[in-house]
Amino acid sequence: MKRDPARFWNPYAGGIALGLVLLVTYLLMGKGLGASGASFRVGVAVTNAIAPLHVAHTPGLAAVTAEGNPLDDWLVFEVVGVLIGGFLAAMTSGRLGRETLRGPTFGTAPRLALGFGGGLLMGAAAKMARGCTSGQALSGGALLSVGSWAFMLSVFAGGYAFAYVVRRQWR
Amino acid sequence: MMFPIESLSDERRTLGLGVAVVVGIVFGFVLERSGFGRAQKLVGQFYGTDMTVLKVMFTAIVTAALGATFLGAVGVLDLRAVSFNYPTYLWPMIVGGLMLGVGFVISGYCPGTSLVATASGKVDGLATVLGVVVGGLAYAELLPYLGTFNDSGKKGGFFLYEVLHLPPIAVAVAVGVLAVLAFKGAEKIEQMVNTRAKQPMDSNEA
Repeated sequence: MKRDPARFWNPYAGGIALGLVLLVTYLLMGKGLGASGASFRVGVAVTNAIAPLHVAHTPGLAAVTAEGNPLDDWLVFEVVGVLIGGFLAAMTSGRLGRETLRGPTFGTAPRLALGFGGGLLMGAAAKMARGCTSGQALSGGALLSVGSWAFMLSVFAGGYAFAYVVRRQWR
Repeated sequence: MMFPIESLSDERRTLGLGVAVVVGIVFGFVLERSGFGRAQKLVGQFYGTDMTVLKVMFTAIVTAALGATFLGAVGVLDLRAVSFNYPTYLWPMIVGGLMLGVGFVISGYCPGTSLVATASGKVDGLATVLGVVVGGLAYAELLPYLGTFNDSGKKGGFFLYEVLHLPPIAVAVAVGVLAVLAFKGAEKIEQMVNTRAKQPMDSNEA
């Protein structure tokens, strides 16, 4: 089959595949998928290497190191897999390549600044909400948790409310 | 009751970590192939041009919800044990959700999809990953100043089927029906927005 970077899976087929991965994860591991928790653990590990005393005195960070090495966690291994799987899928679909996604009239530097800034907000938000789109909305939502659904609807509301403000980056 | 397999997070933990890598590979592969490694495809949701996020996400939720509640009903899966990992803290989840939504449309990714974008070489995806790491650390620093907010609206394990007094599988079916209606609406919105748009978004789709 010819590689076509503009070709994606049918969204409903992709959704069923994603749902089955999640279901298998519940069955095997007793919990769902995640992402932001692993990013946080990497941050704690780096901070702990630079300033272990500071980590020990910050309850939100010490809670992670108290369990042992922050990187010795199921979620961190899962995310290593996500990176491998994402790489393989991009390579075999012709979408692998170094680039900054942005609109034709928008600069690279401001686009990277928006990426980092949006990430900052999401990193804090995911800690506050005990999970992100993967670990809370998807994994808790499929278990019909009230909090996960409140979170999910709020994510959509926040996105729609702010979309107009940042529309220029795609033009 | 056969599942979940507790030993994978306990005495056979090494095998469990191997399972984690395999599950992650499939997860990342599916996300990328669904288009979730590309910011334009993701934020299209918020501009009405491409509702792939809604379609993939809700199809996945309905699939997993139907599977989990069915396997729970027939006694193969201990639904309670799995659900126990998802307690509700209503207020931080609503505020966190709004913040995450704003961050999503600013960065063009969510925390998981930014990892997939990074793996496929997208520099803006990497910038987002770094932001997520720093943002999480910043929240841990701010936590002592937030008072009781972080634990407000604490309800423990609290589920839609408890609110509605229905069997879990009935709620899963209802969510499925709502999802189909949402998909029909989404397809209609896409059609409307994309025929009306004079300047379509820079998107690589045919």
